[in-house]
Amino acid sequence: MSNNERSEPAAGGFIARDRAWHPPAFHAPYKSTLKRSPQAALISLPTSLGEETGPVFGHSLLGEHDNDLLINFAKAGETAIGPRIIIHGRILDERGRGVPGALIEIWQANAGGRYRHKKEGYVAALDPNFGGCGRTISGEDGSYVFRTVQPGPYPWPNGMNDWRPAHVHFSVFGHAFAQRLITQMYFEGDPLIPLCPIVGSLPTTDAVETLVAALDKKQTLPMDALAYKFDIVLRGRRQTLFENRREGL
Amino acid sequence: MVQSLNAWRESPSQTAGPYVHIGCTPNAAGIEGIYAEDLGSSLISGPVAGKQIEVVGAVYDGTGTPLKDAMVEIWQADAAGLFNAANESRGKADENFTGFGRAACDQETGEFSFQTVKPGQVPWVDGRLQAPHITMWIVARGINIGLHTRMYFDDEASANADDPVLQRIEHQNRVPTLIASSEGASSEGQATYRFNIHLQGPNETVFFDM
Ligand SMILES: [Fe+3]
Repeated sequence: MSNNERSEPAAGGFIARDRAWHPPAFHAPYKSTLKRSPQAALISLPTSLGEETGPVFGHSLLGEHDNDLLINFAKAGETAIGPRIIIHGRILDERGRGVPGALIEIWQANAGGRYRHKKEGYVAALDPNFGGCGRTISGEDGSYVFRTVQPGPYPWPNGMNDWRPAHVHFSVFGHAFAQRLITQMYFEGDPLIPLCPIVGSLPTTDAVETLVAALDKKQTLPMDALAYKFDIVLRGRRQTLFENRREGL
Repeated sequence: MVQSLNAWRESPSQTAGPYVHIGCTPNAAGIEGIYAEDLGSSLISGPVAGKQIEVVGAVYDGTGTPLKDAMVEIWQADAAGLFNAANESRGKADENFTGFGRAACDQETGEFSFQTVKPGQVPWVDGRLQAPHITMWIVARGINIGLHTRMYFDDEASANADDPVLQRIEHQNRVPTLIASSEGASSEGQATYRFNIHLQGPNETVFFDM
């Protein structure tokens, strides 16, 4: 073994999820969780090969405009209606290192708060030039970028008058199935954030803050698009400092 | 004061919501023309080794109603027990088998289905062989963090009895919730297995924190 190999301990299993940081399965103000939350305790086990591996998604998967929601559903020469924004950031692991090659898929309502979905019940208008989905793969340093419209807030059937803050849904594939994550990005300054029962499923305001993207004035395209920065942290692996295989495991 | 651990916290999960299909399976959601095909819609891209099977099922809530807005993802080894992953170091997996599938549950019936191959055995962390199984991940409206479970096979009784993960489940009467049932062969002679997932109730599926 060379000195180089010695300098970095081998990768071990994935760091356990902090279940007190994530939302609990049942959160009464979000009514859909009542009959959809498992009642038994999760069975906790160390990660093994099936969790420490994951599918590989190459750049050949991507079409030219997959990360540009302004035009990826629009008629030629047209664009989606609404405030034009850039969403950019990095995919990191729990040691703060960029995760290259991560697949990031997003979906969102249009600028009026309306989804392109046959079960959608909001009266706001559809935008014929907006589909509402995009995807990209992170670069060598874990960075990614999307161009889209700022989604509108929308009402939803939960309480009699619940409104979702403006948000973009994010689905992320890192390198391992154990890292699989779906979350939502909110926008700095939105007064609906503290009123939302789904945001309220997060146990702490610290956790909420990690999902609120900051206005990034420096990355704004003058006379074109505002920019928001949104980093996402995936589970990281323990370093195998010394072998410590427990008895019977 | 002490030194910083320089540790970042995992981004917290939020529900996938009722419109997960717009982002993850847009073609199935009727949004066509953006992606040529939905990711994970086929696991098999050519001739594959092993036994081709179909896996079908539905996800039921605590009232016994199938979820119509759920999305199910699967991840599994090929017939030789190898993963088609960048960090698979034990050998080269079948190049015509991705091992990854993603299905939108039907918006009317809630049913999902995958055309796949029966996986081979994969060692656990202590080197013992696990029984053939498929890892599943379920998201939907009302599920705040994706649920991990595993599907085993009812025609692998002796391997299941020796499986290190199944053995570690305290309530052994819950193990059957992880075992798919053979439904016989389809008209093409292909074996079909049914794996229903119950979020609550007396048959609540075992979910893992791994
Ligand atoms: Fe939404």
